Amino acid sequence: MISAAGIAAQLTELALAVVLAPLLTGWVNQCRAWLQNRSAPGLLQPYRMLAKLFQKEVALAHNASPMFRTAPYLVFGCLCVAAAIVPTLGTDLPLNAVADAIALVGLLALARMFIALAGMDVGTAFGSLGARREMLVGFLAEPALLMVLFTASLISHSTSLATIVETLAHRELVIYPSMAFAGIAFTMVSLAENARIPVDNPSTHLELTMIHEAMVLEYSGRHLAMIEWAASLKLFVYSCMGLALFFPWGVAEGGDWLGIVLALPGLFVKLAIGGAGLSLIETVSAKLRIFRAPEFLGTAFLLAVLAMLVHVLLEG
Amino acid sequence: MSMATLMHYAPQVINLLAALLLLLAFAMLAQRRIQLLINLFAAQGLVLAASAALVGLVSGQHHLFVSAGITLVLKVVVLPLILHWLIRRLNVKWDVETLFNIPTTMLIGIVLVILAFNVAQPISLLAGTVARSTLGIALAAILLAFLMMITRSKAVPQVIGFLAMENGLFFAATSATYGIPMVVEFGVALDVLVGALILGIFIFQIRERFDSLDTRHLEKLKEQ
Repeated sequence: MISAAGIAAQLTELALAVVLAPLLTGWVNQCRAWLQNRSAPGLLQPYRMLAKLFQKEVALAHNASPMFRTAPYLVFGCLCVAAAIVPTLGTDLPLNAVADAIALVGLLALARMFIALAGMDVGTAFGSLGARREMLVGFLAEPALLMVLFTASLISHSTSLATIVETLAHRELVIYPSMAFAGIAFTMVSLAENARIPVDNPSTHLELTMIHEAMVLEYSGRHLAMIEWAASLKLFVYSCMGLALFFPWGVAEGGDWLGIVLALPGLFVKLAIGGAGLSLIETVSAKLRIFRAPEFLGTAFLLAVLAMLVHVLLEG
Repeated sequence: MSMATLMHYAPQVINLLAALLLLLAFAMLAQRRIQLLINLFAAQGLVLAASAALVGLVSGQHHLFVSAGITLVLKVVVLPLILHWLIRRLNVKWDVETLFNIPTTMLIGIVLVILAFNVAQPISLLAGTVARSTLGIALAAILLAFLMMITRSKAVPQVIGFLAMENGLFFAATSATYGIPMVVEFGVALDVLVGALILGIFIFQIRERFDSLDTRHLEKLKEQ
């Protein structure tokens, strides 16, 4: 049964994700600046950036199709739904009945497809180059992500993320060695999917090796703002998915409001630590050549397969 | 922490350590840098010592503490030091060369893991130890180290593969039968140490003779 409280919790989580996503990006940028001995931009810089972009006028290419103009909103919409599926505060989410972890991967793939199509739409060299690279990374990262989710599903006997979180957080504490493998694989996948350093550099518009930025070079004004916001939201979704799978403690069971309020500071602390960890990884590692990316993601896939094997051997 | 909680969580921690051992075996297989390879070998030794000590604690087989101590001294401190000294003396800065590319090697590794798990399943049912389910991982670690010896063309990684294989054997012994008799254990430890020293001298000789550490030179019988 869908309760009013469930819908309210669902909307709260969605609003929280949409509002907080740029803050997480700002925090990661700030940590990275500190680690690299630069003076950090303000924590709210991504919001100022979005406000500025929303005010600017849109410069469109002459041959841009309607697809090019709608893609930013479609991508943003896909990621909003994805953010609504991942349990961040409580596990009583009505959307979980219709969309499980596999649907989540599908939504992320749909967003990627739209942004790649938009990248190729105008027909500039950079756009199609970036789109092709994005699809290469995507098709390698997706099976690894699915394997990670399947490992968690094998443990909790369900592909619904809410059930996975409930199993991992609220039953008796059991150490799952398979989750250690899955955790490493998930970290590698999320680095690649969020255009982070070993695979792509998020803070460049100048390199021939860029992937995500090459695709969105043609965008400006409010379209670019939607794309940037969607990119922040994607980072937020991946962070919350990681927290839900590997550090689910603190998420409220069911839809009890006191639990949800209590879960909020926990979420902040976990995201802050996760963001600091991400900036640390980005600082200590060097960018891979594009042809090393298949090896990087292949390793992630193998680790995820190993996670399933170890689950069958040790925990089965 | 009370004894009961310790007893409850100890088998799970042993499983976790076994999984870490397998992870390190794969990391060694994928590693291109020789110095990091040695550090991974040392880390594997540390995991091995921890798991042996824990199995000893849980099962009350206190001779396993001695085994863990030997492992700690030998595989975490002495052998890595010897290997680091060796590559410094040889002045080898190169990355590790492989015969196949790394993704192919990893795929073969996965196949070996599936094989090892299947072979070990019926055997581990016969064992009555705390850590019997980790026998498959021990076997997989042995096979992965063996694979590393086969796929590397330079002498130093082959030696590390040999030593890692001994790690796997030791782990199999602790998980299946609570370790091997002390006399045998001391013998094996000494063997590994002496083996590493002899192989070190052997590596110097290979370089003296061929000006390279590539063991493929040894496949030719006659000089051109």
